[in-house]
Amino acid sequence: MEPTVQFFSGFAASDMWFMAEAAWRTLLISVVSISLGTLLGVVFGWLLYEGKFWATAGLAAFLDVFRSVPLLIQLVLFFNFAPIVGLNLDAFASGVVVLTIYTAALVANVARGGLEAVGAPMRRAARSLGMSYWQTLRHVVFPIGGRAVFPSWIGVALGVMKDSALVSVLGYVELLRASQILITRTQEPFLILAIAGAFYFALSYPVARYAEKLEQRWATQ
Amino acid sequence: MFDYNFHWRPVFRDLPDLIAASLVTLQVAALAMLLGIVMGLVLALIRLHGKGPLRWFATVWVELARNTPALIQLFFFGFGLGAFGIHLSPFLIVLMGLTFNCAGYLAENFRGGFQAIPDTQLRAARSLGMTVWQAYTRIIVPQVLRIVYHPITNQMVWAVLMSSLGMLVGFRELSGETQFFASRTFRIFEYFAVTAVLYYAIVKIILLGSRVLATRLFRY
Repeated sequence: MEPTVQFFSGFAASDMWFMAEAAWRTLLISVVSISLGTLLGVVFGWLLYEGKFWATAGLAAFLDVFRSVPLLIQLVLFFNFAPIVGLNLDAFASGVVVLTIYTAALVANVARGGLEAVGAPMRRAARSLGMSYWQTLRHVVFPIGGRAVFPSWIGVALGVMKDSALVSVLGYVELLRASQILITRTQEPFLILAIAGAFYFALSYPVARYAEKLEQRWATQ
Repeated sequence: MFDYNFHWRPVFRDLPDLIAASLVTLQVAALAMLLGIVMGLVLALIRLHGKGPLRWFATVWVELARNTPALIQLFFFGFGLGAFGIHLSPFLIVLMGLTFNCAGYLAENFRGGFQAIPDTQLRAARSLGMTVWQAYTRIIVPQVLRIVYHPITNQMVWAVLMSSLGMLVGFRELSGETQFFASRTFRIFEYFAVTAVLYYAIVKIILLGSRVLATRLFRY
């Protein structure tokens, strides 16, 4: 009687914990990249709005590249470019760098839209009340413009969260990578992809719905 | 400073093949967009007027397409269906994944477009003796298409960018072809740099084309 060797084992309860951990890492890389990208993007948006023509055109063209090249290509390109210039980055750091710049490129346009939404007369009114430039930005432009573009920003943030799945090609073990690892072991692609999809859905859907609610509430005020 | 030798020669030797592969990218993206527009219109109409399981089905489609990563959707058509013994070709995986995703996003755009057109237009068309089908195809849908023209353009660009995921399911479009060449020569950076330029060019051509088309379509 030959002993049977078991190569594959079914999906176990402990694998759920592995997926949950991976979901946490997806959340981690998303939150870090979206936060950094938003800060950078707001600065870029402000430069796009206030800058001199040539500087604005240059920056806009630069940011346009990141919106016109697939994220997957950007990730592979940067991951292979970093060692050439002597940077020794791991998958997480590379992913954060690329996702941050990608987010910044998207947020820059949103932020510029927010600045344009406030309008010159309102800013002149604020200035004529004796507010300084920064006071005007802080107390008038950001609250009003921010509300106007908040839904677009949520859209960008959720998009980046979902696009972070592509970081799996660099070897960062987030949700998608974790599900691929489990698929290899369990040979149950349908079940595991459905669970991974459910995790992404659980991360994205509540935020999207809450943003929708918030938008409606602000619109009626 | 750099002790790295850039080997551009093999890349430029393979450039014709890469350009040929960009056409595959364009084809699959355009086909997915056409199917996505049709499906998106249907989904939007179901979500606006449908009832029961049909409406439920459309809502689930749209929410899944919008709230899960495109790559998961692609893998679902690629590997997930394999659990049921359904094995699709890489081309079909990418086409179905893109169509599923685009239809979900376009459905929401179309829904907004339909809601922007007053009900009275449908009633006016009906009172002139048009059938519902005529009223929709001649009065309502053309106006909706005009409203959603820019979202459709953006979605087309998005479809081109998203088709690069084909690389991960073995589809030989621009990215897949690039990876094939890169893994044969180990010049990953050079090949992907050229591919990035090609994608940029494709996107610019689409945007230019859509602008030209817009001046011809919306002259009045």
